Amino acid sequence: MITKRIIPCLDVKDGRVVKGVNFQGLQDVSSPVDLGKYYSDNGADELVFYDITASNEGRRLFADILTQVASTIFIPLTVGGGINSLDDFERVLNCGADKVSVNSGAIRNPDLVGAAAKKYGDQCVVLSADIKRVNGEFRVFAKGGREDTGMEAISWIKRCVDNGAGEVVVNSIDTDGVKQGLDLEMLEAVCNAVQVPVIASGGAGSAEDFVKLFSRLPQVDAGLAASVFHFGQVNITELKKQLRQNNIPVRL
Amino acid sequence: MIGIIDYGVGNLFSLKSSFSEVGAEAFVSGNPEQLATADRLILPGVGAFGDAANKLRQSGLDRFVLDQAAAGKPLMGICLGMQLLFEDSYEYGHYQGLGLLKGSVVPMEGALPEGLKIPHIGWNSLHKVNPHSKLLANVEEGEFVYFVHSFYASGCDESLAATTEYGLNITAAVEKGNIFGCQFHPEKSGKVGLKILRSFASERR
Repeated sequence: MITKRIIPCLDVKDGRVVKGVNFQGLQDVSSPVDLGKYYSDNGADELVFYDITASNEGRRLFADILTQVASTIFIPLTVGGGINSLDDFERVLNCGADKVSVNSGAIRNPDLVGAAAKKYGDQCVVLSADIKRVNGEFRVFAKGGREDTGMEAISWIKRCVDNGAGEVVVNSIDTDGVKQGLDLEMLEAVCNAVQVPVIASGGAGSAEDFVKLFSRLPQVDAGLAASVFHFGQVNITELKKQLRQNNIPVRL
Repeated sequence: MIGIIDYGVGNLFSLKSSFSEVGAEAFVSGNPEQLATADRLILPGVGAFGDAANKLRQSGLDRFVLDQAAAGKPLMGICLGMQLLFEDSYEYGHYQGLGLLKGSVVPMEGALPEGLKIPHIGWNSLHKVNPHSKLLANVEEGEFVYFVHSFYASGCDESLAATTEYGLNITAAVEKGNIFGCQFHPEKSGKVGLKILRSFASERR
């Protein structure tokens, strides 16, 4: 039976893992290679590395780190952050990434998803969408959640999936960093609209939040989080045991 | 020494690193003369069957693989590389495979019960069909490996070594004489995947 995936996300800046609360106030946590290895050895089903560096030097440092990660960790690796072109896909795939996550790059250039899916396959292209409620509708936000694009989120996600996005990460800005649970209403709306795997992100504060997510919405395929894992509030192995006790299939 | 066949399909970085992790020397090459020096071969692959089969043919590596397999050299196909070992595929058309194993590659779409997503992405458990499989000798019943695919091999004969359940029993691993294959990605399947690669790197007939 296919299992629900638990995915820690590592935001990397200048070679270190950071995580913002509500996208602000970054705090240094640990070395990406050590933390990645720790997670891989302790039940993570997949890892996401987000490059939040703006400088060229930072980007080179990220490539080196990614290469180190890919030669020591043998679970699927997704890379995102600063993916604006097919060259960017090529750059991170050559360092050993398995999937590439696009967000603002796809908003700026809506042909990117289709072009990348054609070149590398649907399974390689992950659409990541930062979504917030505005005037009663789900809106797509760009630039790390700072800019309202004015686009309705569900139709945007559908369009990207039609163009070849093989998975969708739904990050609710409304619940992100608040640790009061994932955004079930938003996730349900996305699951009803697309047939590809949906990864839930934003708002997990405890193991119970994941139990609730997968019990209420069995259509959701994976849960993604950062600080709850980095700061040890949720231990992935313990979380999976708890999920299994609640009849949610997991890899243990 | 393990030769990883490079015919321009997919990224071979992880595969090479995972062999080095289990202490097996591996190199990546598209040159038949160099590959012939390897004592085992890996046929990797991601993407579409038709594309990959054409690339293999255009590079002349299809003949090479068939000759090496006929000479008894252990050969393992991974993901699309496993699918290429079969007779043919119905992925967006009809294409001939290498024909080293009996069976056809067919779409999941239409075959799976409703409600299951395609592609089949994620960690799923192995059910061992052949208890004598060398590839899976160190793998326990029910251990998890990582899958990403939308097509699967059907109509396998006694080559079927393991299945995985996704609405129906999907071919997960195959083994017949010196021919081996995994639908999943052992290089992305954590410790279980590494055990499988170690078994392939050290199997003796």
